[in-house]
Amino acid sequence: MEFLPTLWFILIAVLWGGYLFLEGFDLGVGMLMKTFARNEKQRRVLLNTIGPVWDGNEVWLITAGAATFAAFPYWYASLFSALYVPLVLVLVALIFRAVAFEYRGKAHTRTARNAWDWAICLGSFTAAFGVGAMLALSTTGLPLNANGDRVGGPFAWFNMYAVLGGIGVVAFCLVQGLAFLGLKTDGEIRTRAARILARWLPVALLPLAAWAVAVVLLNHSATALAPLALAVCALVFAWIHARKTNEGLAFTGMGIFLLAGVAAIFVAAYPNVLPSTIDAAYNLTVTNASSSPYTLGLMSIVAAFGLPLVLAYQGWTYWVFRKRISEAHIPDAHAVTPIV
Amino acid sequence: MDALEIARWQFGITTVYHFLMVPLTIGLGLVVAVLQTAWHRTGKEEYLRMTKFWGKLFLINFIMGVATGIVQEFQFGMAWSEYSRFVGDVFGAPLAMEALLAFFVESTFLGLWIFGWDRLPRRIHLAAIWIASLASILSAYFILVANSWMQHPVGTEIINGRAVMTDAWAVFTNNTALVTFPHTIFGAFAVAGGFLLGISWYHLYKRRHSGIDTVDADGKVVVGESATLGRNRDKVDYRVWIKSLRIGAVVAMVAFAGVALSGHAQAQLMIQQQPMKMAAAEAACHDGTGFSLLSIGDLRSGGATTCDDVVGVFEIPGLLSFLAHDNFTTEVKGVNTLLPEYQEKYGTHLPDNPIYGDRAGTEINYLPVMEVTYWGFRLMITLGGLSAVAAAVALWLTRKGTVPHSKWISRLALFGMLAPFGANSAGWIFTEMGRQPFVVAPNPSFEGIDQVFMYTAAAVSPGVSAGEMLFSLIVLTLIYAVLLVVEVVLLTRYVRGGIGSAMPELHDRPDDGQKDTDVLSFAY
Repeated sequence: MEFLPTLWFILIAVLWGGYLFLEGFDLGVGMLMKTFARNEKQRRVLLNTIGPVWDGNEVWLITAGAATFAAFPYWYASLFSALYVPLVLVLVALIFRAVAFEYRGKAHTRTARNAWDWAICLGSFTAAFGVGAMLALSTTGLPLNANGDRVGGPFAWFNMYAVLGGIGVVAFCLVQGLAFLGLKTDGEIRTRAARILARWLPVALLPLAAWAVAVVLLNHSATALAPLALAVCALVFAWIHARKTNEGLAFTGMGIFLLAGVAAIFVAAYPNVLPSTIDAAYNLTVTNASSSPYTLGLMSIVAAFGLPLVLAYQGWTYWVFRKRISEAHIPDAHAVTPIV
Repeated sequence: MDALEIARWQFGITTVYHFLMVPLTIGLGLVVAVLQTAWHRTGKEEYLRMTKFWGKLFLINFIMGVATGIVQEFQFGMAWSEYSRFVGDVFGAPLAMEALLAFFVESTFLGLWIFGWDRLPRRIHLAAIWIASLASILSAYFILVANSWMQHPVGTEIINGRAVMTDAWAVFTNNTALVTFPHTIFGAFAVAGGFLLGISWYHLYKRRHSGIDTVDADGKVVVGESATLGRNRDKVDYRVWIKSLRIGAVVAMVAFAGVALSGHAQAQLMIQQQPMKMAAAEAACHDGTGFSLLSIGDLRSGGATTCDDVVGVFEIPGLLSFLAHDNFTTEVKGVNTLLPEYQEKYGTHLPDNPIYGDRAGTEINYLPVMEVTYWGFRLMITLGGLSAVAAAVALWLTRKGTVPHSKWISRLALFGMLAPFGANSAGWIFTEMGRQPFVVAPNPSFEGIDQVFMYTAAAVSPGVSAGEMLFSLIVLTLIYAVLLVVEVVLLTRYVRGGIGSAMPELHDRPDDGQKDTDVLSFAY
């Protein structure tokens, strides 16, 4: 076991875990814009619960991607090029979603607002599904040749793990979004979110759990059983508290479920970062896909300084915007009228 | 077109597009931070209005930069996997640092600034915009370190066929990066200055056109107020636009001076580091000292290995030597001298390696597309220079406190905003096209590093088909086109709304003095 590549494997798992934990609820709230909110006021309440934080959350994705590029260039190159078409769709989804957050409130007509709402909803769904599918395939394998390039056409990656990972992340985001609304809103939205959460929580977490179990079984990993067991306990814990309407504990429980699940997946996959389904000899591993010790050492220093700082100021942001938002807090829409 | 050609078009289109938003974000961000500081210090109403108005336009633009920036980071792996494998060890580090140390800060603190009005203590709210804006400049530094390494690789060795970083200090203090960074940042301020100038001019003109402001016998402004249109066309409104106009003009002029000086330093490095790029920028076939104002003939390089067809029509003797060497006599090598040098050093044909696909074993053309380099270079300089002259003229024309009552000049001021954008794009297109046929240009001046280079033909993803590339090229180009229209429509609407578009309290609740404390001061 080489120290630095292993450390960076762990750090990349942390970045993906951080991304799914944080953007998990804002992707969920995005999807709920069209499926949960009942009227314009409620949609704006939903939007404003994540308004100040979504962009900071999305940087976790960018950092996970860039850190993979820096620490495991072969992993980054093979994964991103093999999943070319689905990643184009993820990019399109993220573009529309980001622009819609900023421009929705500036729309003048109901039609335009509705279009931006759909952009947020479908954009969140596609991004969640795509990232889930990508991570599932990275942990279960892609048809890669000796050079690490995809064999078999643009859709050769498609299999049941892609679907499982996609559904797993989408469903997790939905319930995490509901739990977040329980924490961040008041009134009808809060009570309804809590009710739906209590009913759907276990079902929604199952696909993600199934993905974790599949990776553990595929790799015959005994070490991964510990985080897997923790994930199951956290699931039960979250469900109990969701039923008691303890919003904070349910949210925390689901967060632990996610992080333990991601830990189980990455522990089980280790030392593979991207297996080849064609020949195990072509597997990309922490050893053969990583950067030099010099670069990894430099990046470790940067991460040791940067990552705690990110956690500190992002945590502070959540503290600043800790107040619950209800329909009464939403100012009237402001129409910009030309004066010249 | 094969996958390589499509991938290049895609990278060009998405990057030039992304870089329409970036300079405005960088330049306007710092301007807004300074304006808010002015408000914080003086308490003057006009500075608050300026902060809110320019801040609103800043955000409409910022989000497009964010959205298109993700594409930039993903497409190295998606479309350029061989490049990513070859350079990841050294090129990935600045990108990862950009995300971790700069972009995180920018996004988080901008969120705090947008939603933090009246919720954060004033000092902290002010600090938020400063932190976000400085982070965007830091972000530019990291990206330019990465790009400069492609122009002039340093601190790297080839180990097992890939570029491996051996000296981070050298990479992060690459002299190419140290001159490109100020050039790019000043370029961003030229964009922001022109933006302030054009829009403020338009508003001052409209105030005159509506008869709110008039001029006395000496041509001095007599500021008026419009009673009918609400509080936001009062005398404070006048001060908003005249101050913005002057700030914009000064910023644009200072920025041009910075761009010119740093550009001069860049040219001197380029002549050593990428002599062919400089020769192609001049369409100079033969060694010489003159800067070409106009050259005619066949600038195209399609397969050509000589460039005897280009004839210089007007030349300024000695200027090229001054640009390159700070004197008027040292000859600058022309294309016909350089071509054999490149061929001798790096070979005449691409190696017979499957990495080159159909191009394996074909002849290498070391001559960039001279139509693009020659005119790109001149367009950059011309548009940049015109913007600075226009800014000086604007200051002079407004010396008596308002703009001339001329629709024609007001239109010129408004469309003139595009010139600095054009200069930025032209400069990037020149420098990236001028690097061809290399994606990582060889560094001629260091011992032991002369193996670190890569042909663009070797960089593309071997596993991705031309069909997939074409799919993404079409999808992204269409979406970008639609979103550009949306952004321009929104910017136009907010500009035409004046201050009231950024400060609804001026429109909606005039003078009731009470504020509903439960209602959020800003909400999406």
